[in-house]
Amino acid sequence: MQITVSVNGESYVRDVEPRLLLTHFLRDELRLTGTHWGCDTSNCGACVVRLDGVPVKSCTVLAAMADGAEVTTVEGLAHGRTEADLDPVQEGFMVCHGLQCGFCTPGMMMTSRALLDRDPDPSAETIREAISGQICRCTGYENIVRSVQWAAAKEAAAREAADTESSEAMA
Amino acid sequence: MQVPAQFEYFKATSVDDAIALLTRHGPESFLVAGGHSLLPMMKLRLAEPETLIDINGLDDLAVIAVESDRVRIGAMVRHSALLASPVIAEHFPILTDAERVIADPVVRNRGTVGGSLCQADPSEDLSAAFSAMRATAVIRGADGERQVPVREFHRGPYETAVEHEELLVAVEVPILAGSSSAYAKLERRAGDWAVAAAGAMLRLDGDTVAEVGIGLSAVGASHFVAPEAEDLLRGGPATDDAFVEAGRLAARHCSPSADQRGPVDYKRHLAGELTTRVLRRAARRSRGEEA
Repeated sequence: MQITVSVNGESYVRDVEPRLLLTHFLRDELRLTGTHWGCDTSNCGACVVRLDGVPVKSCTVLAAMADGAEVTTVEGLAHGRTEADLDPVQEGFMVCHGLQCGFCTPGMMMTSRALLDRDPDPSAETIREAISGQICRCTGYENIVRSVQWAAAKEAAAREAADTESSEAMA
Repeated sequence: MQVPAQFEYFKATSVDDAIALLTRHGPESFLVAGGHSLLPMMKLRLAEPETLIDINGLDDLAVIAVESDRVRIGAMVRHSALLASPVIAEHFPILTDAERVIADPVVRNRGTVGGSLCQADPSEDLSAAFSAMRATAVIRGADGERQVPVREFHRGPYETAVEHEELLVAVEVPILAGSSSAYAKLERRAGDWAVAAAGAMLRLDGDTVAEVGIGLSAVGASHFVAPEAEDLLRGGPATDDAFVEAGRLAARHCSPSADQRGPVDYKRHLAGELTTRVLRRAARRSRGEEA
């Protein structure tokens, strides 16, 4: 069957088998291998992508179900190709050592980005709850929580600076 | 790598279209909602539908609507939406409690109320919660809608009252003025199925139990309920002793199976203890002593 899926802002038309899972569509058809394929049983969360903005485990979604939808993968987090273009969540994981082996990282970052989009100042407990369906086998959870907090603080500072600027402009 | 067997795939455009597709493609056609039970079973080849009918596009089934004396929860309401709903938290804290411990947040973004009920896993949480609330399942077929009490919805493990050419469209939960409710579950780790779980609804008239519903999950309770414990409490005093005794009865009359989550005596103990705890919490909530 033919599907049209927008991935990271680019539209792709592909002929796929109905049984093709979204994670394999992204990795094998589109060669977007940033999305990891982990446990295959919707337990580990390495495959989390955003489907119309909502984090989902792409090993348990058919590519056919994403027909007509907008998918964002870890490749869509950064705004460009330089370090300055990284999403604050990516920067946070870099600065706070939010990864060791890196296998869980794409899924962790996608869920964290979605969390910060709806809750810009989450508590450590809220962050832990948000990533509770994802497994870091290096057990680096402490640093993952710190990384997300770092991103939240950076974005808060940026908002504050923008507010000051706009109120100065008005004055 | 786990790959489902081949199947034909259709997106239903309406409930009627879904029913027509089920009728046309026969008994080997399955509906898929969130897919977080069915797709894993298909990957393991425990399920091999010839045709999959995707109902994710049926947005009119994804609505939580307050009617005068009940709340109608559409079958395609995602677990995350039920958890986030202020209306649900206000009237049915049992559902909010349960949703906090159903799978994990990312799975809850996809899984649906109707999918969970129709999967009818013996350890499923909403079945126990809706049974405690004496909710009603609304099932639609080619000839219109019919209503089935949730307490009669389950025909056994993985079997429900929904016939092949029918679709569960909603669950209706009665609003009982002055009632409250609670749910508690013990799990081995975050997001797991219950070792045991219990839910309770109480309406107190002063210090007397006017109405009560007790749901149990994962402990082999017939229709996910504990009628003996309910009968003991109804019309009697809402005291801690009564709640402990109700727990004892719930434990005695359920029939858990030993598995990797624990032996029978442990699960039976949990069924009793969790029943007592949710009764206490529902009572505190209905007295305004706890949110």
